[in-house]
Amino acid sequence: MNTTTAQIFWWVALPYFALGVFVVGHVWRWRYDQFGWTSRSTQLQERRRLKWGAPLFHYGTFAAIAGHVIGVLIPQSWTKAIGIPESGYRWFSAAAGTVAAVLVIGGIVILATRRLFVPRVRATTAPIDYVALTLLLIIVFTGIAPTIGINLLGGGYDYRTSVAPWFRGLFSGSPDVQAIAHAPVIYQVHATAAWLIWAIWPFSRLVHAWSYPVWYLWRPYIVFRSRVASHPNEPGTGGRKWRKIGVPY
Amino acid sequence: MRVMANVAMVMNLDKCIGCHTCSVTCKQVWTNRPGTEYVYFNNVETKPGVGYPRRYEDQEQWRGGWALDKKGRLQLKAGGRLRKLLTIFYNPDLPTIDDYGDPWTYDYQTVIDAPLGTPNPSAHSISALTGRDMTVQWGSNFDDDLAGAPRHAAGDPNLSGLEERVRMEFEQVFMFYLPRICEHCLNPSCVASCPSGAMYKRSEDGIVLVDQDRCRGWRMCVSGCPYKKVYFNHRTGKAEKCTFCFPRIEAGQPTVCSETCVGRLRYLGLFLYDADKVLDAAATPDEQGLYEAQLGVFLDPEDPEVRAAAAADGIPHDWIEAARRSPVYQLAVRHRVALPLHPEYRTLPMVWYIPPLSPVADVVNATGYDADRPDDVFATIDSLRIPVEYLANLFTAGDPAPIRRVLRKLAAVRAIQRAGQLGLDLDEDLPASVGASDEELDDLYRLLAIAKYEERYVIPPAHAEEAGRLMGQHEQLFCSLDTDGGPGMGGHGISSYRPTGTPGSPQTFEAEDGRTRFNLLGWSGKGQAPGLFPDRGAVSAHDPAEGGLA
Repeated sequence: MNTTTAQIFWWVALPYFALGVFVVGHVWRWRYDQFGWTSRSTQLQERRRLKWGAPLFHYGTFAAIAGHVIGVLIPQSWTKAIGIPESGYRWFSAAAGTVAAVLVIGGIVILATRRLFVPRVRATTAPIDYVALTLLLIIVFTGIAPTIGINLLGGGYDYRTSVAPWFRGLFSGSPDVQAIAHAPVIYQVHATAAWLIWAIWPFSRLVHAWSYPVWYLWRPYIVFRSRVASHPNEPGTGGRKWRKIGVPY
Repeated sequence: MRVMANVAMVMNLDKCIGCHTCSVTCKQVWTNRPGTEYVYFNNVETKPGVGYPRRYEDQEQWRGGWALDKKGRLQLKAGGRLRKLLTIFYNPDLPTIDDYGDPWTYDYQTVIDAPLGTPNPSAHSISALTGRDMTVQWGSNFDDDLAGAPRHAAGDPNLSGLEERVRMEFEQVFMFYLPRICEHCLNPSCVASCPSGAMYKRSEDGIVLVDQDRCRGWRMCVSGCPYKKVYFNHRTGKAEKCTFCFPRIEAGQPTVCSETCVGRLRYLGLFLYDADKVLDAAATPDEQGLYEAQLGVFLDPEDPEVRAAAAADGIPHDWIEAARRSPVYQLAVRHRVALPLHPEYRTLPMVWYIPPLSPVADVVNATGYDADRPDDVFATIDSLRIPVEYLANLFTAGDPAPIRRVLRKLAAVRAIQRAGQLGLDLDEDLPASVGASDEELDDLYRLLAIAKYEERYVIPPAHAEEAGRLMGQHEQLFCSLDTDGGPGMGGHGISSYRPTGTPGSPQTFEAEDGRTRFNLLGWSGKGQAPGLFPDRGAVSAHDPAEGGLA
């Protein structure tokens, strides 16, 4: 079967473009905008909904990421090699995936309604936040629908023989375009939205994910630092620490 | 012994008139920006009162500061490291903006635009958070001067155990002012709470700061500080706090709050302390022993051994000399009239307070009151309008003995001066009865009443020789005016001046953005000035710092 230009665009060009933007964007953001590198918490403005939404979403996402590592990054042959039967994997994947899905969807619904309908929170929302939120919603819903609809309740679809090899192929330089091109549409939308969020990641508040401060566990409590002479800002990089008075968000 | 230096402040509450000048000047300098409307690095609270944010002193609710665990080890009251990481998505101990008060402004434009002749227009209150109309509910100083005290003052956590005695009735009410800044603690729980390691204590002068580039907005410092003196900038998503005006301190100048204090009640100076003793002192089993324990951490700069050790630990000579003249050391250690605010939080705070004297509350029934000797307030210390127990809850974890001792000493200073002025007889045993000599009480009087600018603020300038060298290097490469918004903004120094065309032709040059611009230098004002204004629709160069997350 011939690979069309459109297929090349969606399943080869777009992923590599997104990966490139992801890497270069992070380098740029780290060099020029560490001041903007924050979780932009709105707990100060609203805590009642955040109390449920944020832990549900974050812990659910951790579970979902772990699921993707198992299901997409680890080849089927490996799990078979250690003696896990396909039915066993399916059962675990559908069950654990559903638990994660419920957590994530509960969390993101609370967080999204909070962001859209609580005026104090909405006022802190930048355009890039809406883009990220929209993509996240697409990813979550197109991720959960097959997990529950196809793999838990339906006949099941073996994404480990189609989507996963294509994804891994991107990193080994030989993506299996036909595999993803003939996967169900919902997987295609899920993958495309995921690549897009990789592309906007470095420019959004999502960068805070890389700053989860695990090293706090080993650090001494009290941090001392010497008063070192700091260089002035690099010319042309702005170096703005605090926004000017009267400037809107 | 590991000697370190810490700049510190003492405030004489006897002199505070609650004018809020310190708060206003501090705000103008540091927090006059969007996102920090509600932030007061310095605020003045009326006591008794709930404080700012509301009831911040109730650590059973907010769980700031340190506590001893069952084995007597020092632990953050809000829990250990793992708990902090697990609650990072939702911090259960964080106050909301409503505990501070929704910051607001007014719709002045309506007033300005009102047509002539209409009834008086009114300006609505507008929330600074949302830009929408709002009803003002609460803010800083809503209980200033005991406003609404019958309703609010009972919420003062320091009144616990005193409810029987303190009644918010006009005849019996008492009040005084408590100006508060960051305590720049020796054992700062905000620094310990910061998962990112963005908060730090400067090893030279002990000032506690937030590295704005490293802060990731996890907001554990806000809840970790028992004094609630770390604030969350709701626009930048970063923590900010009192900086002890470090650029001024580095230049040997007092902080803005001290400089502008109308009552001249603030003193600034150095403490030398033994860094090895800090944790043991903070882990003192008895809360009421924490005051003495902290005194034990401080080192006597008159002791030659201490001076030698300080020099060996790299403290510059002029700093050691400044420590010898430090007014805060005199007040806190030598005269022992200054006390730490809430030592029971175990952070070893470095902004100390001289508790206020007050009139005798109930002259008729005061035990020991002698109408012939109105200055003999010793016997009546317990009948002063401000209950000793209340001050003890603020400054000594509830132990009234140090408060009585300080108030007696302050009363003795007054009695001696009064006797001197009026030619009255004085009990010769008076100085000894407060554990001081004549000379010491005279020194204390001078320090409290007369001390001039140079004596109140003994601040050795930072040693920035190395910084100067770095700056010099840098300036050879770049224009120092080339800061954001500065006169050199946007250009790349001399390299951006690239003359085009032949000499004598219209003076244009190729600017950094690639456009050909007209050079106004040498322009007669007549004739054409091509390229002076950008073409219609042309977009200026994009500033990379404004991209991404706005």
